[in-house]
Amino acid sequence: MSFINYASREINCKIVYYGPGLCGKTTNLQYVYQKTAPDAKGKMISLATETERTLFFDFLPLALGEIRGFKTRFHLYTVPGQVFYDASRKLILKGVDGVVFVADSQEERIDANIESLENLRINLKEQGYDLDKLPYVVQYNKRDLPSAMTVEELRRELNPTNVLEFEACATTGEGVFETLKAVAKLILIDLKKGK
Amino acid sequence: MSNPQMVMYDEEFQEINGVIERLLKEANAKVIFLVDKNGQLISGVGETERFDTTSLASLTAGNIAATGGLAKLIGEKEFSILFHEGEKDNLHISIVGGRVILVVLFDSRSSLGLVRLRVKKSSEELSMIFEKLVKKAEDKEKRGVSDFPFAEITDDDIDNLFS
Ligand SMILES: Nc1nc2c(ncn2[C@@H]2O[C@H](COP(=O)(O)OP(=O)(O)OP(=O)(O)O)[C@@H](O)[C@H]2O)c(=O)[nH]1
Ligand SMILES: [Mg+2]
Repeated sequence: MSFINYASREINCKIVYYGPGLCGKTTNLQYVYQKTAPDAKGKMISLATETERTLFFDFLPLALGEIRGFKTRFHLYTVPGQVFYDASRKLILKGVDGVVFVADSQEERIDANIESLENLRINLKEQGYDLDKLPYVVQYNKRDLPSAMTVEELRRELNPTNVLEFEACATTGEGVFETLKAVAKLILIDLKKGK
Repeated sequence: MSNPQMVMYDEEFQEINGVIERLLKEANAKVIFLVDKNGQLISGVGETERFDTTSLASLTAGNIAATGGLAKLIGEKEFSILFHEGEKDNLHISIVGGRVILVVLFDSRSSLGLVRLRVKKSSEELSMIFEKLVKKAEDKEKRGVSDFPFAEITDDDIDNLFS
């Protein structure tokens, strides 16, 4: 849930990157961090294992600029994708304003994608959220790999409701900002409606 | 949506800062932060410029969320106070009014006992202010009053953010 501060004229929104282990959530944030001007970003925090798997979350604060005199900030979080970190994932979803589901396009990861997406729905529901009513976009990542499924196949399995979707290669940055912009925009449109 | 929107108005912001400024003096603390349970910084007083306040807020909220999860596992509602002792600096973290996190950073010029005592008193005052804040926001919503400027934003405004 966004936080509107009339005293300091700021508005803060929380975006969560969700998806199976190794799908590229952390890589998305790292790319955004690298490509953002120093005055528009804070420190990126990664609570990770020694093998660079996300243990609790990654956090990246972005200050995008002003809308009608309000400083607009987005707090980007990733969840740990590995199945057994479910308790942590639930905690990170608290207060979420928008979700990016990062899918791993590789054929051998399709089951992991499906499982993670179901897990997202369930965990949101536990907090009283409905994925279908939340600002939500899908990213098909790792388009560069030879075993990547076609977008049509992925859509059938992972995007039956036809939300906005993006092809990406997070390591080179392709599609990363397009995805972020899209979800940020959906959040602002929601705020405009006064939800 | 499960939670009402979190808002802050000038009047309550001043009141809150008044309370934590006083707490800062009375507890001989170095810095005090108020953080929303979702990790958003509400306010800070003292030597705030020495710290990365945004990161601090997010990690504090993560910390409270994780210990809250632990508490549930052992059948507690939540741990309302956390204390972290360092070589020089210590952190006293407590939950105010069920919703907001109060973080007091202090060194050997103060003591855990003193901080505890003063935090307790200030917490009650802060709770009342936050309650008032929630009521005010609900009232405004009921009356359909909104001083929120976003109703008038255009697609261009949004696109401009990313240019
Ligand atoms: N080829 C290729 N590799 C990628 C791409 N995106 C990420 N990777 C690699 O995939 C691996 C895992 O990426 P992470 O970003 O750490 O994955 P994650 O989703 O954060 O994983 P967890 O933290 O375990 O949930 C890393 O070695 C990345 O370099 C991509 O688009 N193409
Ligand atoms: Mg990760």
